[in-house]
Amino acid sequence: MTLVSNDLDLSARIEQVRAGRARRSRRWSVSVALLGLAALVLVGAAIMLGNTIYPLPDVIGVILGERVPGASFTVGTLRIPRALTGLLAGLAFGAAGTAFQTMLRNPLASPDVIGISGGASAAAVVSLVVLHWSGTATMVVALIAGVATAAVIYLAARGGSSTGGRLILIGIGVGAMLDAVVSFVIQRAADWDVPVAMRWLTGSLNGARWEGVLPLGLAVVVLLPVLALLSRELQALELGDAAATSLGVRVDRVRIVLILAAVALTCFATATTGPIAFVAFLAGPIVSRIVGPGASLTIPAALMGACLVLAADLIGQFAFDTRFPVGVITGILGAPYLLYLLIRTSRRGGSS
Amino acid sequence: MTVHHLLAAESLVAGYGGRTIVDDVDLELPAGRITVIVGANACGKSTLLKTMSRLITPESGAVVLDGKKISEVHTKELARTLGLLPQQPIAPEGIAVADLVGRGRHPHQKLFRSWTAEDDRAVVEALEATGTAELADRSVDELSGGQRQRVWIAMALAQETDILLLDEPTTFLDVAHQIDVLDVLADLNRRRGTTIVMVLHDLNLAIRYADTLVAVKDGRIHAMGAPDDIVTSELIEEVFDLSNQITVDPVSGKPLVTPIGRHHVR
Amino acid sequence: MTSTPTAVGRVRRAPATTVGVRRRTLAVVGAILAIALAIVLSLAFGSRPVSIGEIADGLFSWTQGRTPSAIGAIAVQERIPRTVLGLVAGAALALSGALMQAITRNPIADPGILGVNTGAALAVVCGIAFLGISSPFEYLWLALGGAILTAIFVYNVGSVGPGGSTPIKLALAGAATTAALGSLVNAVLLPRTAAMDVFRFWQVGGVAGADWGTMATIFPLLAVGAVIGLLCAPGLNALALGDDVAVGLGVHIGRTRVFAAAAGVVLCAAVTAVAGPIAFVGLMIPHVVRMLVGPDQRWVLPLSAAGGAVLLVLADTIGRLIGYPGETEAGIVTAFVGAPVLILIARRTRMRAL
Repeated sequence: MTLVSNDLDLSARIEQVRAGRARRSRRWSVSVALLGLAALVLVGAAIMLGNTIYPLPDVIGVILGERVPGASFTVGTLRIPRALTGLLAGLAFGAAGTAFQTMLRNPLASPDVIGISGGASAAAVVSLVVLHWSGTATMVVALIAGVATAAVIYLAARGGSSTGGRLILIGIGVGAMLDAVVSFVIQRAADWDVPVAMRWLTGSLNGARWEGVLPLGLAVVVLLPVLALLSRELQALELGDAAATSLGVRVDRVRIVLILAAVALTCFATATTGPIAFVAFLAGPIVSRIVGPGASLTIPAALMGACLVLAADLIGQFAFDTRFPVGVITGILGAPYLLYLLIRTSRRGGSS
Repeated sequence: MTVHHLLAAESLVAGYGGRTIVDDVDLELPAGRITVIVGANACGKSTLLKTMSRLITPESGAVVLDGKKISEVHTKELARTLGLLPQQPIAPEGIAVADLVGRGRHPHQKLFRSWTAEDDRAVVEALEATGTAELADRSVDELSGGQRQRVWIAMALAQETDILLLDEPTTFLDVAHQIDVLDVLADLNRRRGTTIVMVLHDLNLAIRYADTLVAVKDGRIHAMGAPDDIVTSELIEEVFDLSNQITVDPVSGKPLVTPIGRHHVR
Repeated sequence: MTSTPTAVGRVRRAPATTVGVRRRTLAVVGAILAIALAIVLSLAFGSRPVSIGEIADGLFSWTQGRTPSAIGAIAVQERIPRTVLGLVAGAALALSGALMQAITRNPIADPGILGVNTGAALAVVCGIAFLGISSPFEYLWLALGGAILTAIFVYNVGSVGPGGSTPIKLALAGAATTAALGSLVNAVLLPRTAAMDVFRFWQVGGVAGADWGTMATIFPLLAVGAVIGLLCAPGLNALALGDDVAVGLGVHIGRTRVFAAAAGVVLCAAVTAVAGPIAFVGLMIPHVVRMLVGPDQRWVLPLSAAGGAVLLVLADTIGRLIGYPGETEAGIVTAFVGAPVLILIARRTRMRAL
């Protein structure tokens, strides 16, 4: 028994609703396609541009494994890993950031703000500068530290409603503490260690090598699909815990999986490149304006993250006299937007 | 007409953070009827509803659906039978009405299955039932309080559950919108046979719209039955600590509670 | 049904009746004893432990203006400046925190969280890089200016929108501004290694570099700030009841806010300029004090100052002990102690307040 008396009306309405949904879906697909294309172009630019510009045929040659004189080393050993690292780190930061922002219902609650990258950075700095461990060991340590930090923050914030609000506050506090650790180590560091240590304050693609690409690539290939598959649950969580439970989402479990995946992605990326400021934070909000409200943001944000990192790195390398690491560029460009967003969010009254 | 599902509480004890608010409650919610839970502030009516919709885990006792504990029912299956309109839902910024209502289809959608005609039909019916069909493409942010509440009800309706629980659906609405929303719910009950259970703070509206009235005091069921049967001056005084006089509502013919204060008494 | 949000969700009663006079007397006596103890400990410990006799000798000689002969006593004399700075800076920071918490009705307001440190850092770094500033005296004024501007900025950004400055908005504004300004600092420093060297030592807050010259510069500022702040106490008591109630009680809320805020910012900025960024002192101490003596600002403010003095001096002493034979800066110690305290506070406070 339907509630609508007129069948003709009904099918007209259904058509209208379906058309609306199709429109929004099309916008999403087009956006993703364009972002993907942009990312590809940027990867290409990152490989081809530099002190020497390598034409496309040379690049393809190197990729295919041929020995191209003058290009094999630069392109094969330096540029391609750098471009890939930038791509993967951007994907990771973008996806993780938007997962956090959606879960905590606050665009300002991003892993770099709430202290998680701080944990990975602090551990990496200690491992490299104080203990002088190798790169691989550092990555493992950073990962463990990041997850541990997130666990501590989450557990400390749990209980009652408004877990989100407490999470943000505690995360900020823990982040401040970890920053103190990093500052402390840097201050104590021997002079030759300082540049390495500083890298853990800002994030850079300078040391990117094939050894770093593999673990990060693995992480992205495994964890990004996890986040993407949970996008419907994420959309339900957006409506509030109560509504999400009502819709049949196991809120506690889904949240833990999402947090673990997002934290792991953040930590792998941070452990490889250092904390590239603001990418995790910016990707989601920027992309949400492109894709439109109510849409699933995971994949678009990942692609936007990649574009941001690659573009910022290109700017950092070629736009100024000094070569700036990518973290500084994203920091400078991101800062005004962050503050604008803060004001806009506050004005609207949004918060956890 | 679909088979009616039966929701009941058995020896239910529940609360927050160590405090017991609902104390040993046995309650069987009449299927296919509108049940309204009333009571003074902090008497436990909201907690009771939240426990019955599995937002809160009971300390002891159980909530059973068709004889089976809801904690043992698969979450999505439960979501297809039992729907809840929470008190303060949050709408994502700028989302379109049809989109939001569509989220209600979540329990019916599998991982890789995209939208079916079934989903669209349910959404449209939900929109029509709440009178929000013309607003389908508009942004939820632009709507008035009453319209927004109806959109949330539409989302709950799109879930196509047999039982619908609503926690104070009329708070923050002006009187016209309150009646509006309650009429929509009554429509739903009459036409689809949906079991409706709601917490209302307006006593007289509760009496008017309820088939069964449940009066809660101090975490226990004080009285339960049809308003015509159980609403007496003594009952209201016991439950609400309010001197009152019962007359007949000239519009609905049901009992009307008139409070007696210290002033303006003839 | 809902009530106006207050900073801490307890029922407000007239402060004077909440806590007995005895408790307050105990608190005052305790504070004085604690300060004395902290001073003694600070003078006693360090890279070279000394005996009581040497402490007395060193102090006595100092008051007479001469250098003693015993090495221990000399060591004591060298610790005097940093002890004094620790007392003064700690008091200023705690007082600043108490003022800010009172004005914003916000349990986690702390100058460090407001990003004041990074603002000061950016100003100093810009001064070094673009203006060629090199004297510590000039750093001071730059840091002061930067800190004040940042505090104003963060407070305004965090107050936009309904609800005014809620804890979360303020904290996020502070974190966002810290991150933003931090990036700018990095951008300026990276090509300039010399500047980077200077900077990284300032970046960790501590009282080790205490010298009478810089201290003398800021003492007047601190004194003025403290006096103004303390005088605001009655007004702040009224403000705690809510803007509307305060106006009804005849209090000039705008004026009280401005003065108290100015005092709070100046106190914090002056300390940051001299000692670098020291976080959490302003956050923790007022809470502890409020737990002991209740919410009456006429008691909270001065006792917070005392508590802050004790905390910072102790933190500095601990830093010297655990960093032996070098030292760990006080700022690190307070950060490590402060973060767990922040977590405790966040858990205690009812969410409506947040």
